[in-house]
Amino acid sequence: MPGLSEPTQDMSNNIPSEAVTEPKLLKGADMVVEVLRREQVDVIFGYPGGAVLPLYDALYQCGIRHVLTRHEQGAIHAAEGYARVTGRPGVVIATSGPGATNLVTGLADAMLDSIPIVAITGQVAKSVIGTDAFQETSIIGISTPITKHNYQIRHASEIPKVFKEAFHIANSGRKGPVLIDIPKDVAGEVAPFTYEDPPQLPGYQPTVAPHHLQIRKVMSGLAEAKRPVILAGAGVLHAQASEQLLAFAERYRIPVVHTLLGLGGFPANHELFLGMGGMHGSAAANKALYETDFLINLGARFDDRLTGKLDHFAPNATIVHVDIDPAEIGKNIPTDIPVVGDVGEALNMMLSVAVDKPDCSGWVEELLAVKAEFPFWFVQEGELIKPQRLIAEIARITDGEAVVVTDVGQHQMWAAQFYPFRAPDKWVTSGGLGTMGFGLPAAIGAHFGKPDALTVAIVGDAGFQMTLQELAVIGEMQLPVKIVIVNNGALGMVRQWQELFHGERYSSSLLEWQPDFLLLARAYGIPAMKIVSDAELSGQLEAFLAAPGPGLLECIVEPRENVYPMVAPGTGIHQMVGVKP
Amino acid sequence: MSPVLSVLVHNKPGVLHRITALFMRKGFNIQSLTVGITESPDVSRMTLVMSEMDEAALEQVMKQLHKQIDVLKVTDLTEEPMVARELVLIQVNSPVQQRSIIHALIEPFRANIIDVARDTVTIQVTGDTNKVEALIALLRPYGIRELARTGLTALPRDSVLGSDARRVSEGQVLPI
Ligand SMILES: Cc1ncc(C[n+]2csc(CCOP(=O)(O)OP(=O)(O)O)c2C)c(N)n1
Ligand SMILES: [Mg+2]
Repeated sequence: MPGLSEPTQDMSNNIPSEAVTEPKLLKGADMVVEVLRREQVDVIFGYPGGAVLPLYDALYQCGIRHVLTRHEQGAIHAAEGYARVTGRPGVVIATSGPGATNLVTGLADAMLDSIPIVAITGQVAKSVIGTDAFQETSIIGISTPITKHNYQIRHASEIPKVFKEAFHIANSGRKGPVLIDIPKDVAGEVAPFTYEDPPQLPGYQPTVAPHHLQIRKVMSGLAEAKRPVILAGAGVLHAQASEQLLAFAERYRIPVVHTLLGLGGFPANHELFLGMGGMHGSAAANKALYETDFLINLGARFDDRLTGKLDHFAPNATIVHVDIDPAEIGKNIPTDIPVVGDVGEALNMMLSVAVDKPDCSGWVEELLAVKAEFPFWFVQEGELIKPQRLIAEIARITDGEAVVVTDVGQHQMWAAQFYPFRAPDKWVTSGGLGTMGFGLPAAIGAHFGKPDALTVAIVGDAGFQMTLQELAVIGEMQLPVKIVIVNNGALGMVRQWQELFHGERYSSSLLEWQPDFLLLARAYGIPAMKIVSDAELSGQLEAFLAAPGPGLLECIVEPRENVYPMVAPGTGIHQMVGVKP
Repeated sequence: MSPVLSVLVHNKPGVLHRITALFMRKGFNIQSLTVGITESPDVSRMTLVMSEMDEAALEQVMKQLHKQIDVLKVTDLTEEPMVARELVLIQVNSPVQQRSIIHALIEPFRANIIDVARDTVTIQVTGDTNKVEALIALLRPYGIRELARTGLTALPRDSVLGSDARRVSEGQVLPI
């Protein structure tokens, strides 16, 4: 059988986990396992194949849990879900060639959303690299633009150093995916094992502590501000700085707007919370971003889905941008007070400088009035379930405490609008890349990251079908993941844009035929139910969420519902439509 | 003016690919790129001449280069005193009766004829971009058959050779 050869002797069961005083000789594959142990990796998502057989041999009964997803894309999205709720790198393994290329979407997704991932790929043996050997592909070449860094190992002796660096790079500075490509023969090579600490990386020295002069500028600017607002991005979550954010906002009474990915960093039920900003953000949030004279961006990257047309974004504001990645500062929006560093450190320093409270009570009251007048809305009419109410009901029943994972589309926006996140790390969604198919596998990973929490995967009827093979993982292990399919019979977000911007020409966006989702779930050993009318929504949903083990709920919703408010593409955030029924 | 960047990078496989992939991904255009080893065998210097761009774009280029883990140092030489040279080989039509004219022409440029054939000569010239372009323009009427330019390589004028590399690899004493 091509690609399968040289069975390797199993040494994995007798590796000591304690620090070794004298460098011990280990085989490459065993080194990988040892390194994963030392990095306290408790779960790996992956899929075996020829080039990683030696590695899988070392993993066999090694004590680290391996979750066999049913597609490598599922494995990497699961690793992302795990990383997002734990703050620790997710680890994924794939074989060479097609295994490695199946990781591409997840790598790109993790890159754009700064998710720490260590991806391990097998490669053909060194001697045949470059010969178009069976299942050879240049994953280094392919993944360079979509990883924070990548490595191809040339000898087993490099393994400890490379892995040490990889874990460090993935989970420090601006987090991101790191890929390690290991030729098959390297796994069998023997070399001394030492796990050096810390990694030596002269070209990688992220600035964590901000400059105190910049912090002073921020604070003296704030004291003068009349219309300050905080824009809090996922940097707050990566820095675990929610408490400081709350303390800071409360001390100076500054209203807070979240980005899509930042949700949960500031409690949604807080008086000063204006909601999510951007394309489908709240009227109050976007008004604040438009009219502010002092914008404090904490770890957000001014993504275009947030800013709308740049000319109309915070046109009269002094812009403060706190970001651990200096390249983000000034990239999209000219910045007046750049602060390079960790958001948590910055907030600590900002809290240690006392300045006069800005005189802005009128501004805050005005925004709170807008918030009260223009909440996210929907109109309940007829028997059909409104998707927004479905989300609001999930929020009510789970008391805002569930880990909510979504796919991409309208349902994702409704989840962001109608699920009030009160605490960090309970919101898992694909923001930057907008990857359909992310939700189901990411929910599996999130469950492994927070096994005691209730994990709810809210997915669209279309996106669900992109990675539904991962139902096998849920069915096989009977994972208590609750899958809610928001079935609007359409590629809803595409349909919405076609309705609004393409003359209602629904080109390839209506799903006139669908599989029987209930039978499908049952085929995978997952109990399933369906609700079709608003009258049964609350009762059935309660029963569904209360049942132990996995479950799939197909919820037939109003097919013509659109996501509002909306900032149409190419317009400014002050030009929202649909702020009211 | 076209920005000139001097970039010190780890001398290891794949680094050039990382840099060019970055430029492609970000839509940065380069006019020329030279790479060679420095006095420290682990470090290479890339000299990049960028297409004209505004300040904000250049800042973004430098920051993106910095983000690369294999990039040790990025210096903008554009406004700095620098020595910048490129080497050009020009194969030009040169029937025997014209040969002395060509000789006279290239003489002030301190260019050399390094290969002679029946109908052509190959001229080598080093200098800054203005100088080599002036020579090319002068030779063009005689019929340039083939031309090869190395692209610009540069050092900051005040720096002792290799001082950049020394900053990153401590304790190395450099022979000058
Ligand atoms: C992999 C991928 N392909 C295409 C798209 C473009 N796209 C964005 S939303 C969407 C429709 C999603 O439909 P569904 O999953 O049913 O969710 P809905 O919008 O209906 O809630 C599409 C096709 C995408 N984001 N990702
Ligand atoms: Mg749909």
